[in-house]
Amino acid sequence: MKALNALFKFKGGVHPDYNKDLCRDQEIKTMPLPSVLKVSMSQHLGAPATPLVKKGDEVLRGQLIGDSSGFISASVHAPTSGKVVAVEPAATATGASCTAVSIEPDGEDKWIDGLKGIDNWENANKKDLVEAIANAGIVGMGGAGFPTNVKLSPPPEKKITTLIINGAECEPYLTADHRLMLEQAQKVWDGCRIIMKILEAEKIIVAIEDNKPEAIQAMEKVMEGTDLNASIAILATEYPQGAEKQQIFSTIGKEVPSGGLPMDVGAVVENVGTVTAIYDAIVKGLPLTERVTTVTGGVIAEPGNVVNRIGTSFQDLIDFCGGFKSKAAKVIAGGPMMGFAQANTATTTTKTTSGILCLGPEKACSYESMPCISCGRCVSACPMKLVPSELSQYLEAEDYEGAEEINVMDCIECGCCAFECPAKRPLVQHMRQGKAHVMIKRRAAQAKK
Amino acid sequence: MTEKTENKEASVQKLIVSSSPHAHSGASVRGIMLDVIIAMIPAMAASVFYFGLDAVRLLLACVAASVVTEVASRKLMARDKGIGDLSAVVTGILLAFNLPPSLPTWMAVVGSIIAIGIAKQVFGGIGYNPFNPALVGRVALLISFPVAMTTWSEWIIPNPIGIDAVSTATPLGLVKTSLGAGKGMPFVFDSATAWQFFMGHTNGCIGETSAFALILGGIYLLWRRCISWHVPVFYIGTVAVSAFLLKTLSPGTNMPVAYHLLAGGLMLGALFMATDMVTSPITKKGMAIFGIGCGLLTIIIRKWGGYPEGVSFAILIMNSITPLINRFTRPKIFGARKK
Repeated sequence: MKALNALFKFKGGVHPDYNKDLCRDQEIKTMPLPSVLKVSMSQHLGAPATPLVKKGDEVLRGQLIGDSSGFISASVHAPTSGKVVAVEPAATATGASCTAVSIEPDGEDKWIDGLKGIDNWENANKKDLVEAIANAGIVGMGGAGFPTNVKLSPPPEKKITTLIINGAECEPYLTADHRLMLEQAQKVWDGCRIIMKILEAEKIIVAIEDNKPEAIQAMEKVMEGTDLNASIAILATEYPQGAEKQQIFSTIGKEVPSGGLPMDVGAVVENVGTVTAIYDAIVKGLPLTERVTTVTGGVIAEPGNVVNRIGTSFQDLIDFCGGFKSKAAKVIAGGPMMGFAQANTATTTTKTTSGILCLGPEKACSYESMPCISCGRCVSACPMKLVPSELSQYLEAEDYEGAEEINVMDCIECGCCAFECPAKRPLVQHMRQGKAHVMIKRRAAQAKK
Repeated sequence: MTEKTENKEASVQKLIVSSSPHAHSGASVRGIMLDVIIAMIPAMAASVFYFGLDAVRLLLACVAASVVTEVASRKLMARDKGIGDLSAVVTGILLAFNLPPSLPTWMAVVGSIIAIGIAKQVFGGIGYNPFNPALVGRVALLISFPVAMTTWSEWIIPNPIGIDAVSTATPLGLVKTSLGAGKGMPFVFDSATAWQFFMGHTNGCIGETSAFALILGGIYLLWRRCISWHVPVFYIGTVAVSAFLLKTLSPGTNMPVAYHLLAGGLMLGALFMATDMVTSPITKKGMAIFGIGCGLLTIIIRKWGGYPEGVSFAILIMNSITPLINRFTRPKIFGARKK
């Protein structure tokens, strides 16, 4: 199969330093079990899971320890066998607090009995497949953590025509998806076929940025001769090609309507990591208990792509990668454009921790912001075609209604505006604040009804 | 407590926590202003070449007075100094560019104080001024000291027709008077003269005469992404098209198109003044509208107004409607729904 250049290009976007050289040639390594795993009940978008275990319980790997509560939620499984040593609130990577189950591994890493894949999934029932994915606690592993079973169960009136596999990995530094496609192309492709079976989409497009030629080649090879209507779209390397809405536009030229979902234009986007998790869940019957995380940044002694159990502390991962070779000034969960800066390295990984980025003082500057000089660079950079400068001025004045009117809710917080801003205005911070206020207002209005 | 744990805690305390993004392009306001200053070097060189020490004197006076005014007014308002961004230097140079060579130094200083003190700092400083500070300074001087501001140096007119070869009028003034009196063009404006004008060998404000030097600077600004092409192209394009229409409709009473482009302050205005980020629209569509508006107003003032030159007034008038233009040219958002 020959990969082809994407037919479309979204407006806006930026070209940060990609810094992928640190890790792009590092084979995926598996980290040994740490001394303790602290598993947050908030691994995903939506309602946190309800803990099913208490202090002192013995658990086995793959045992359900958090029950999904509500429609948008996902179940959580024990990442190894061992003893529950605490069930208490802990800070998540986003800074919020949520109940976490701490497990002391017994070292045996014994799976719970009865895990069984679906033999011959090609002939399986769609509903069974989705159920298996829900039971495995799979969420979007690209970063947002949207429960995958919900994404794969569109209402009947929404016909899904295109499945897009997101292998863009547009965040600088991160290389986990790149390595997955390179090292486990067949598994990725089999996972894609499972999703195609579930969605019965007309076509599947694997989207990869052109700075990953090896990954493109690997996928070309495994997709050769498929009987599916499949293609590989080569995306120009530009941030945020991996943002869902921008990727849909780049591949099929359709704009997801404001406030809408990809299914409104007949598309479903799944991240490469999620696809491999789906493969494990269907073929092997394994719940999602581990993922590949890129541990990188200038201060990490031996940057690498590491398979780690969900709940591994950042410090343990950093130590596994040789620790800090010089002083770290910033530790980020995720990439530099959208990741969350951590107050300490005690934070633990979740299903969405695609990277741990550790920057030295020279890369972790704090800026003093100036008044907007109306240069318009944010406007040119915004992939949602908003006017970030104007929004920021509304939000600085706490005019949330005005900001809502000029579409603050369409902001995807990609950070392109703040990246470009010569006055170093905290544009994304303003947007987040504004979105939160509008959400509060909307919820209050809904509660009144 | 082991040493290792201590180290961990030490590193823990010093982590910076801030909102994403954690990467930056490196662009800064100071960097942009520095680029604008670099872009003005050819025009500064041309001004010194054609007007000698007077140009040096005015440039120094305006820059010094602008910076001092900036510092003094920031101090009066108990704000930080704010000169690190170099914007006061840019304003000083631009104001000097807009002055006739023989203007007394003290008037240049008054203009700078008005530009920075009133047009910029009264509104809150950089980013908040609705009007281009240098142009406000120039217009204030023009109104306050009409004689000094319209006293030009002598220049030798190439191939005069029925007038003295030496004149102290600007090319635009000279031609406007002559055309107004029904006498046609007062000298032969052929390609050789046009080239002479293009290089800057003519009369006018010290920084406006050399289209060549200004265009060099404009190209640098475009390359450095300090300006986008929309304002200059639509501004100069509109002047050219309107001048062409006027000339076609009534050849005897109108200047040649090239004369409109080269004889006055159009290049300086279109490349350096109308492109001022703070006072011009933020969207591309808005910039196009702004450029067209400036072009039309320039032609209207030059043709029917009381002054021979209309660039300053045109830009200031358009500055005043920039917020409106911004409001009505917001881009259609990604995924916009039909209302």
